[in-house]
Amino acid sequence: MSELFTFIQGRWDPAVTYPQIVWPALVVAYGVFAVTFASLFAGITSWYERRVAGRMQCRIGPNRVGPQGVLQWLADGFKAFLKEDLVPKEADGILYRIAPYPVFVGVFCTWVILPYAPAVVGADLNVGVVFLMAITALVVAGIIMGGWASNSKWALLGGVRSAAQMVSYEIPVGFALLTAVIPAGTLSLQGIIAAQGGAPWNWMVFHSPATFIAFFVYFTAALAEGNRTPFDLPEAESELVAGYNTEYSGMRFIWFFFAEWANLYVIGAVVAAVFLGGWRLPGVGIEQQAASLWLQFAGACLFVLKALVLVNVIIWLRWTLPRLRVDQLMIMCWKYLVPAGMVLVVVAVFWVFVERGMPGFARWVAFLLCATGFFLVGLMFWRAWYNIKYGGDRLYLKFMV
Amino acid sequence: MSAVYLPIFVMLLFSGALAGGMLLFSMPFGPYNPTRVKSEPFECGCRSIGPNRVRFSAQFYILAILLVVFDIEAAFMFPWAVLFSKLGLAGFIEMLVFIGVLVLGFVYLWRSGGLDALDK
Repeated sequence: MSELFTFIQGRWDPAVTYPQIVWPALVVAYGVFAVTFASLFAGITSWYERRVAGRMQCRIGPNRVGPQGVLQWLADGFKAFLKEDLVPKEADGILYRIAPYPVFVGVFCTWVILPYAPAVVGADLNVGVVFLMAITALVVAGIIMGGWASNSKWALLGGVRSAAQMVSYEIPVGFALLTAVIPAGTLSLQGIIAAQGGAPWNWMVFHSPATFIAFFVYFTAALAEGNRTPFDLPEAESELVAGYNTEYSGMRFIWFFFAEWANLYVIGAVVAAVFLGGWRLPGVGIEQQAASLWLQFAGACLFVLKALVLVNVIIWLRWTLPRLRVDQLMIMCWKYLVPAGMVLVVVAVFWVFVERGMPGFARWVAFLLCATGFFLVGLMFWRAWYNIKYGGDRLYLKFMV
Repeated sequence: MSAVYLPIFVMLLFSGALAGGMLLFSMPFGPYNPTRVKSEPFECGCRSIGPNRVRFSAQFYILAILLVVFDIEAAFMFPWAVLFSKLGLAGFIEMLVFIGVLVLGFVYLWRSGGLDALDK
């Protein structure tokens, strides 16, 4: 199983390990799996999010198509199928038609580097993190293309706003990922996971004060990059009709949103991999995990679970927080997150020397940060429980409606 | 080592094919009847006034230029971050100088009001 270990270290060449026919077959199989996974996730999340939104706003949400409305997304898809694919007369026909593709492809291609288990990943690129930032930049191109080509004031403003927002927030994303890359010493996502441990205090998020803050910086900036509330200004319905996709209809309209929902999993999975330990199981070594099929499966389940918990948090934030103003959005990025990112990188580097000089101290800080993190989560749940019990909030905890 | 990049091309192909295939597949199902009103740009129910390619604030270009500066600087920092443990103290000090120059530029930008781009 040593070949699997070298695979994790990023020194693995599939062409050597596998015969010439098996590797392309495996790649094609993974491609089918990833496209299916992403599509199913995006579809089901579109239903799940509306369902959660319904419960949070004291209404029911879609519950008619299939049991509990679980097939709603298929019905929506079929409806979009039967719609007219309209191209406005004065729109730039070619750009208008191809604009959904970069958005769609840019989000779906990130699935290549999202890991599931020590030996289950599309491609363990040694430039993984850079690839992630590069391929998601395609989304900006698609959105500004669609916004400009539509020949509509609303679409143009939405597209330009969106491009400004996404390129601005790419910088904090880069700095926050850099903060995690410095202690790990590799850009490969598998390598970053391998540098962490299974137990919470060995996770990257609790590694140093810098990574602890970088976790929040990354999460905030990733939300803004994915155009999610509270940063969904590009599609602010109250001011811009629908933003860059105002003129779109039918399947092309669906693809923009499909990509946005698929992006939820990308955010969750990247945070889980880079900051929250990925597929590492507590008390299990990497080689031991790579050697056992069951441990790999357990790791994959744990990884997807972590990602889904984060997706839940994102959905929850969307229906809790109000939308920011456009100037607040830019100030938040340039005057808070970017300087914070610069400081974090320096602190992360400084921490490498602290770790070398005083390993005991660094260990205690990790424990302390871990305790702080879990205390904060616990405090939140306690506050929720307190408010329900004493605040007079009435809550109907009936699962099925 | 180039075989590692094969999945990227496969995924590009598959996701592009999925998007394009579904669009092609939906073509015969939907109606196609573009009337004059339907083909007009959307304008909340009233007639569109003036050209639709409206001018937008030049400040957006400043943001785009800033992105180029800061993203290229991040591109320089990624290889350094990977090799950091091998470079040791010298690498650390050199990168501190690099970040210092960048921070100076950032402070200038902040003071000169370049960051208040959309603060209106």
